[in-house]
Amino acid sequence: MSTMAEPQSGKVSFNMAAAVTKKSSGTEQSMAQKVNGVRHVPNGKLILRDVNFFYGNFQGLHDINVSFPERQVTAMIGPSGCGKSTLLRAINRIYDLYPGQRAEGEIVMDGHNMLDKAMDVNQLRAKIGMVFQKPTPFPMSIYDNIAFGVKLYESLSKSDMNDRVEWALRKGAIWDEVKDKLGQAGTALSGGQQQRLCIARSIAVKPEVILFDEPTSALDPLATLKIEELIHELKSEFTVVIVTHNMQQAARVSDYTAFMYMGKMVEYDHTNVIFTMPDKKETEDYITGRFG
Amino acid sequence: MNLYTRRKLINTFNMTAAVLTTVVGVMLLSWILIVLIMKGVGAINWTIFTEMTPPPGSAGGLANALVGSLMITMVAVVIGTPIGIMAGTYLAEYGKQSVFAEVVRTINDILLSAPSIIIGVFVYALMVKPMGHFSGWAGAVALAIIVIPVVLRTTENMLSLVPTQMREAAAALGAPKWMVISSVVYKAAIAGMVTGVLLAVARITGETAPLLFTALNNQFWSTDMNDSMANLPVVIFQFAMSPYDDWRELAWAAALLITTLVLVMNILARVLLPENKTR
Repeated sequence: MSTMAEPQSGKVSFNMAAAVTKKSSGTEQSMAQKVNGVRHVPNGKLILRDVNFFYGNFQGLHDINVSFPERQVTAMIGPSGCGKSTLLRAINRIYDLYPGQRAEGEIVMDGHNMLDKAMDVNQLRAKIGMVFQKPTPFPMSIYDNIAFGVKLYESLSKSDMNDRVEWALRKGAIWDEVKDKLGQAGTALSGGQQQRLCIARSIAVKPEVILFDEPTSALDPLATLKIEELIHELKSEFTVVIVTHNMQQAARVSDYTAFMYMGKMVEYDHTNVIFTMPDKKETEDYITGRFG
Repeated sequence: MNLYTRRKLINTFNMTAAVLTTVVGVMLLSWILIVLIMKGVGAINWTIFTEMTPPPGSAGGLANALVGSLMITMVAVVIGTPIGIMAGTYLAEYGKQSVFAEVVRTINDILLSAPSIIIGVFVYALMVKPMGHFSGWAGAVALAIIVIPVVLRTTENMLSLVPTQMREAAAALGAPKWMVISSVVYKAAIAGMVTGVLLAVARITGETAPLLFTALNNQFWSTDMNDSMANLPVVIFQFAMSPYDDWRELAWAAALLITTLVLVMNILARVLLPENKTR
């Protein structure tokens, strides 16, 4: 707890321009738009306001205020249990599957609050794709794996569906490897291929945001490299948020990096700032491996 | 005696006891099978499948009992399987650890080990008495009540084996819950669920007590489920205890038929199951 030594005068939100100017006066340029270590990114695709998250009585996230930029890669790093996955799972409300888990505050995308009770979670999730730590191909053919999500919200003709499947598999950088065996089981692919299949499956429904929850922690270095290259390409069309335990990976793939600790966002800034001249001592300790 | 020697002695003792009891168990089973085959094979011939159960003292077959058993079993599976699968799905996907689900689970466990004669008497009071006559339908319902807990339990277990991430991945694409279950989770668990149904069929194939109170028996050819119906277990029960040699011969043949059927079903279930586990 002592690591969050900086005094917090109540909840700080981005709208409070006064607070920003007060803080920034007399500090160096990199601090100009930072509130409590969190850089303000204007016109963010995903804007989180005072997000708190609860697992029953345990609070997993504390007053998260952050804005993730559109068509950029944002990485979330931090020790196990710091809340980075929780934050990711709050964005597409996948936590809704489990009674007893709830989020408070606002997660705004294109002017709509995702946490609004009236929000249709299924349509929301169709706009915010998610790729998990372990590859999760469905027990069906490669073709059907891709078509499954598309069929949910679109009724395409056979040839349109074929085109869509090919498009998604190309985007997922796996088309060349599977184009001759689309009828085979997705589970028969290698781990790295399965993960790219899962990415293609998310892409196929044409989401706006794709969330990655430690997508390479179950893969070997070569497969990891392919996924990282893929993520780099994806940002030309999608907003990407990735949770990773691997700091080199965060440095390689992301434009922005958020460092989280004990359910709080300690620092959020351009990736090069986080890794070269972080404001907070906790951030520096973590990225240099002196943590704890 | 030092600790190591003691351990070795205890190990030897336990090992011997385990091997001996295994031998006893396997021997008893082989004994049953061997006697059954010796007595049964001689009694099996084509007339078994073509002729009706005979009156005492004359030759005949088991055709009516075979068809009766098949029909009653099929109807029982058709009634019991959907109920078992839906209830199992409820427990694994919706009820989970809720109080209601726990109560259902406990009741199901009780039903799973309920003496089948109780189920027979229950259906007798529920259907046979009000209808005024024994019937194939009543027999099928009695057997369905035995099918339900078996299918329910295996369905719940197999669904619980499907990784949570599979459900999350489907939900993350925007699939509503019922579609996650029907299009993804069922597909992942189908082999295990079929195994459950096969095990249930194997279980009811030999059940006698519930049929004794419900379908009873019928000496003649009948495919009318509304009438009392011949079936293998009750024929065995009736013929094996009779003083007539012909009847006892047929009882052996029927016993061998049933045993073979159950064996085949169990082997099928075994063949299907590992495929599911490696997924």
